[in-house]
This record gives sequence, structure tokens and C-alpha cells, in this order.
Amino acid sequence: MITIENLNKYYGDVKVLNDISIDIKKGEMFAIVGHSGAGKSTLLRCINGLEDYSEGSLKVNNKEIKSLNKQQLREFRKNIGMIFQHFSLIQRKTVFENVALPMQLWGYKKEDISKKVKDLLSLVGLEQKMNAYPSQLSGGQKQRVAIARALTLDPEVLLSDEATSALDPNTTTSILNLLKEINEKLNITIVLVTHEMEVVKQIAQKALLLEHGNIIGFDDTEELFLKPDEKMKDFLGETEVVPNDGVNIKLYFPKDNAYQSFITKMARELDMDFNIVWGKLEEINSHIVGNMVINIDSKNKKIVTNYIKEHDIVWEVL
Amino acid sequence: MVDILLPALGETVYMSFVSTFLAVVIGFLLAIVLILTSKGGLRENLKVYAILDVVINTLRSFPFIILMIVLFPLTKFLIGKSIGTTAAIIPLTIGAAPFIARLIESAFKEVDKGVIEAAKSFGASDSQIIFKVMLVEALPSIISAITLTLITVIGFSAMAGAVGGGGLGDVAIKYGYYRFQTDTMIYTVIILIALVQACQSAGDYLYKITKK
Repeated sequence: MITIENLNKYYGDVKVLNDISIDIKKGEMFAIVGHSGAGKSTLLRCINGLEDYSEGSLKVNNKEIKSLNKQQLREFRKNIGMIFQHFSLIQRKTVFENVALPMQLWGYKKEDISKKVKDLLSLVGLEQKMNAYPSQLSGGQKQRVAIARALTLDPEVLLSDEATSALDPNTTTSILNLLKEINEKLNITIVLVTHEMEVVKQIAQKALLLEHGNIIGFDDTEELFLKPDEKMKDFLGETEVVPNDGVNIKLYFPKDNAYQSFITKMARELDMDFNIVWGKLEEINSHIVGNMVINIDSKNKKIVTNYIKEHDIVWEVL
Repeated sequence: MVDILLPALGETVYMSFVSTFLAVVIGFLLAIVLILTSKGGLRENLKVYAILDVVINTLRSFPFIILMIVLFPLTKFLIGKSIGTTAAIIPLTIGAAPFIARLIESAFKEVDKGVIEAAKSFGASDSQIIFKVMLVEALPSIISAITLTLITVIGFSAMAGAVGGGGLGDVAIKYGYYRFQTDTMIYTVIILIALVQACQSAGDYLYKITKK
């Protein structure tokens, strides 16, 4: 539903987004990842027209954002909710008034507003805090209010700009779970910008990696983390430390394989010992994926690789 | 003595409050134009901003007593005469408006950019952003600004005596200074202190209840 083609953006002479082409499907949980200054927030803001782009095309529901006039853009933004790193709540309004504001501005009836706000506050678990002011809430609670506010106009898309970056790890997880719930229950497409890999691993189905405005990775999250290419490894700051002698073979365990006892089975069947010299398992999208590096004698390389091939395991020699 | 002080207090209150009220109205409009047209504003227009900037700075550089004299023709045009209590309101208003415009502008500038961006993200119009978001957030600071202006105007109004505006300042000069009635001077000063104190306390109270 969001189609970006050959998008470029310049700040003066500096190109901040370079030839971005991506497609975000309805109902997807999509992450834009990168270090600070990578252009990820800029790209996100192009989606709801808070930033304009210099060249290329960005369509939401087949509507080209650049071609909308001011009034059309306001109307269009009803369909796209947004949450922010620092919550951006109005300090002088209560929780209820903050959440009600978008509907008030669009002239909804009082009864409708009251009902909707209460429903949303119970969705985010803050109905008791209705009359509190933002200064009386914790960071996580503030973000919940902001999420409720972003949902008042029944948007199809929710944009999240570093929404968990100012929160502690536990609160981050609870906010991410809430986003996941919203994504599943309300079938809202979520595009989230983050610099935290943990966030991507926890909830994103698909991820786009940006560095200095260039795409350096764009794939299903599991694929990206399971078999990172050089650029991605560099990005993650991961390098394996493996022995210099013998042969090092890296085995990848995609989600269906992680629990199978492949290595011990191979050891038994080939009657051979392996040195496990490196490895990592992690939870991505509630699946366990990972990789492991084994070290073997050079003379055994052929037998082992043949065995691995037969078992349809993704592997590489380091 | 009461027959002198009481009407004078009335004149001071009348001049100060009316001109502060008018100055707030004008200053508020100016502040909105400044904030809209400033760099990165909702309707960025640096030319308009630069012109307004110069006008405001110019008006603010005038010593008040000179401004009063310069504005004689305007006052005469608006009020029909250039002396008297009501006539003093015009220069007081024009002297205070640029001052409060700056104060309200900076109150608006303090509003978190993120809140404005959030308002845009749910489709707020420019006027809704100004009145339903920025004004709401800036209200406590604006109340402080109005308090500050009111007290400044009370001070300025002492000079209104020069154009026959009357008021406590005038009494202090006429009776206390020219006629050596030290007790009258002391009373006017005491009344002025009490007036300023009352204004400040009221302003602080309003700030406290609006600030969340």
C-alpha cells in the first residue's frame, strides 16, 4: 500500500536519501533501521508529507504525496497516525483531552469522541489515568497516550519515529507488544524507525537498512539477521573470532531448524568430533534463528560438506 | 490628601489596564505574524518577518517620553485631543505593544516543536495549530508576559503626567517634588508598591493554576 520508487532527497547540496525503492504491504510490520543521520526519520516523514522529497515517487494507496495540495494533505494525514520519540503530548491537556484533540479538530460529535477515547485508552491500558496530566505519567504511559491519540482517526498506517528510544528495555518491550497487538487486532500497517536492532528483531517482519541515505539491506527480518552480508555485519558490528587452523564451517539455522539436533546427529553419524568455536541463537519475530561455526580438520572437509549438503542446511566456509 | 490620591489611583489603573489590554491585543496579532513568517514557521516569509522585526525594534528604542510627543498627531486623530488621561492611552499602548509582541513571540517559540509536528501529523490546519495547540501550551508564559507588561506600563504611566494624563506618578511629581510635600510622595510610592505587588501576585497565581 506504500510504494516508494527511486526517491531522492536533498538538503541543499547534500543528498540525504539516495534512490530509495521499497514496497510496504498492507498489514505489514516494517522497520527502517539505521544509525543516527542515516536518513531514516526523513524517509518516514516523507510518507505523511511532513518532509517533501526532491525526486522520485511515493504513493500511499496509489496517491502520489507530492501532488496533494495543502487541504488534501491534511485530509490524507487522517489516514496516517504517528508517534514520536519524545511523545509530543500537550502538557496542559489531560490524557483524555490529548487523545480527543484530533477528533475535536476534525469536528466529531462529543459523544463519539468520548466513546472512542475511552475505548482507545482501555486498549492501551490507561483508562484510570484519563484525567491525569502528562507530567504525572511515566515515559511508557506517555507513549501509550500518544499511541491512543494516533489511532483516534482510524488510520490505516501508523508511523513510529524512534518511539521506544527514550524508554528502558522493559518498557520498550511492553510498548512493542502493544504495537504488535495493534498491528494484529486492527490490521494497521506499522512503519517504525529505530536504531535499536533489538526492536527490529522483536517485532519487524521486514526491514530496510539505511546508511548515509543508501539502502544497504532490504529483506525479511529473519533473512537479514540469519545470513547477514558483509555490509550488514559491518552495520551490526559483528565479527566472528575463529581459529586459524583447520576449516571453519558456518551453519545457519533458519526458524524450522533451530531446534533440530543437527550438530550432534552429524557427529554421531559421521563418528567425528567437532569443535564449536562460535555461535549465536536469537529470537527474531518469536522464532529462534541462529548460526554456529564448527572447526574441523582439513582432511575431513569433503565428508562434512557432503553430509551438510544432503541435509539441506545453509552453510558457508569461512 | 485622599481626594488627591484616590482619583490619581483611578487614573493610573485606568490608563495602565486599558493600554495593557490594547497592547496585548495588538502584540498578540504581531506575535502571530512573527511566528508564522519566521524561519521554519508555518507560513515562512522572511521579508515580512524582517520588516516587522525592524518596526518592532524601532518602536522599542524610543524613550517613552519622546514617543508620547512623536505620537501627538496620531493621538489627536484617534481621540480628538492630545492631552488628558485617555489621550495617554495611545502612546502607552504603542509603547507596550512591541514589547509584549516580543514576549509572546518567545512564549510561542518555547512550544515543543514535536507537539507542533504531532498536530500536523493528525491533519491540524495552521490556525488550529496556533490557537488549539501553541496558544494552549504557551498560555502560562503569556500570562507571565502580560503581568510583566502591565507592571512596566504602570511605570510608564507615571510619565503620562507630562501630557496631562494625571495618575499617581503625576501626583508624586507635582505635590511631592515641586511642592515638597514629602508625605504625599511617600503615600503615592506606597500605593504604587502595593499596586505592583498586587498585579504580580495575581499574575503569579494565574501562572500557577494554568501551568500543568
